[in-house]
Amino acid sequence: MPAFHWLHRNLFASPLSTALTLGSLYLLWLAVPPLIQWAFIDADWVGTSRKDCTSGGACWVFIGTRLNQFLYGFYPETEQWRVNLGVGVLALMMAPLFVRRFRHKWPLGLALVIGYPVLAYVLFHGGLPGLPVVETSQWGGLMLTLVLAVVGMVLALPFGILLALGRRSRMPVVRAACVAYIELWRGVPLITVLFMASVMLPLFLPEGATLDKLLRAMFGIVMFQSAYMAEVVRGGLQAIPKGQYEAAEALGLGFWQATGLVILPQALRLVIPGIVNTFIALFKDTTLVLIIGLFDLLGIVQQAFADPHWLGYSVEGYLFAALVYWMFCFGMSRYSQSLERELAREPQR
Amino acid sequence: MTATRHTPEATPMIELTGVHKWFDDFHVLKGIDLTVQRGERIVICGPSGSGKSTLIRCINGLEDHQEGRIIVDGVELSQDIKHIEQVRSEVGMVFQQFNLFPHLTVLENCCLAPIWVRRQPRAEAERTARQYLERVRIPEQADKYPGQLSGGQQQRVAIARSLCMNPRVMLFDEPTSALDPEMIKEVLDVMVELAEEGMTMLCVTHEMGFARTVADRVVFMDGGEIVEQAPPARFFEHPEHERTRLFLSQIL
Repeated sequence: MPAFHWLHRNLFASPLSTALTLGSLYLLWLAVPPLIQWAFIDADWVGTSRKDCTSGGACWVFIGTRLNQFLYGFYPETEQWRVNLGVGVLALMMAPLFVRRFRHKWPLGLALVIGYPVLAYVLFHGGLPGLPVVETSQWGGLMLTLVLAVVGMVLALPFGILLALGRRSRMPVVRAACVAYIELWRGVPLITVLFMASVMLPLFLPEGATLDKLLRAMFGIVMFQSAYMAEVVRGGLQAIPKGQYEAAEALGLGFWQATGLVILPQALRLVIPGIVNTFIALFKDTTLVLIIGLFDLLGIVQQAFADPHWLGYSVEGYLFAALVYWMFCFGMSRYSQSLERELAREPQR
Repeated sequence: MTATRHTPEATPMIELTGVHKWFDDFHVLKGIDLTVQRGERIVICGPSGSGKSTLIRCINGLEDHQEGRIIVDGVELSQDIKHIEQVRSEVGMVFQQFNLFPHLTVLENCCLAPIWVRRQPRAEAERTARQYLERVRIPEQADKYPGQLSGGQQQRVAIARSLCMNPRVMLFDEPTSALDPEMIKEVLDVMVELAEEGMTMLCVTHEMGFARTVADRVVFMDGGEIVEQAPPARFFEHPEHERTRLFLSQIL
């Protein structure tokens, strides 16, 4: 019987293997059934208040009633359609980029990177007739996490590429400046960066001028992550054989032409794992903005624990937050794997 | 001072005068004087480390020279990147390792420089590219990627890619040294045809048969100096210098 053989070979091949298998099964037996019991079977899913959480299981009602806040933060409920619209437009604009046959990816990408942030800011912040202003301090929850993460990624990658090119430059001033930048921003923890951006930046501004807190956070995150990204990209640049640079030069291509048409397409392809890694780290690092008083997803979930009506449900809250983070990070990871597979395949158009 | 492009036909295509080059302390080119007329085919040979690759790489600016002058079709190579790029668009180079761009198709490899350096419209660039692929006898490979081709085919694509820029001079840096023996002939055939059409060529190679058939002049380099240069008949039958005789005895 093939099943028996598989079991024997993979789980019970030797005394040690057998012992480990049995030990693992025991640990699973201790952990998983109670977990499933608590999280699914005994759990309360529907309700409006604490009184609906009567069984001993997980109280998902807590999540359900506060879901709106977890997603939008303190964004006024009447205006939340604007956030939905913004996300919808982004999804629509990004969709063609995933279609292989689409020919105008570069103009679309450029329009996205330059045009969308402006559109999103106007939409979310408001200020136009018909769109009342919603201060950035009211943005929170998953919406804020996504704003920080997307802006961070979109800016950190090109900036990181420029830094990597600059670090490899033969012009001493450019090279020294890039090295200094990278070593400085990599040398301090992000939490310090955010703190300093929040506290110190205003000192450099003229009297009375204030810089939006969200902007300060974005500045810190982009500066920090671009230093990491620069090193990832530099690894890719170093891996390209010298002959590629020489062939491009011999054909008469200038530096930027050779870099953009020949070197970067190859180098970036090589370091997709490193880039996605940095992006995933960036996504999770956004949670540190709590330190400067912005309420991202985790922050707003934590803040909900203080609600006197809902004391004692922190486990459900953390599990929910963990699940959302995991979904996004895993999604990025899967996408990068499919991207790598597609690029490595015997290329067909 | 910008160099004129309309040089009279009698001026040499390439002129090297008193060219010296050092790699840090290593004196790799010691006073090179070489003149190449339009339409001349020069084969450069010599033991490894003699500086022959460095020499031709100086001609299109891939290596810089510390002393002496290099003038290509009226443009002097200097530190000015504009001059270097000007020279590079008129001088084609074929490398030992082919150096095709693996992320682009064969056709795209050939069209890249005409589109981005000469600003040709894509349709025109593709037409020219297909013509040259036809000439190197692999028109059917246009939509394949370099990784899908054999070494001989890749080198022929590399030659076509350089030709698409309509260069006035073609430099070959040991073009067949990385090929399996059965593919050397197909590449040499293409080079012979090119020579017969009047292309000015400088070729660093160990293929002495090619030198005998095609070269107007054979240049022998050793230890960074040009030891001897002569038309192939005289070079192979009556070499003047001892070092030349030694080299020929080793390879023939």
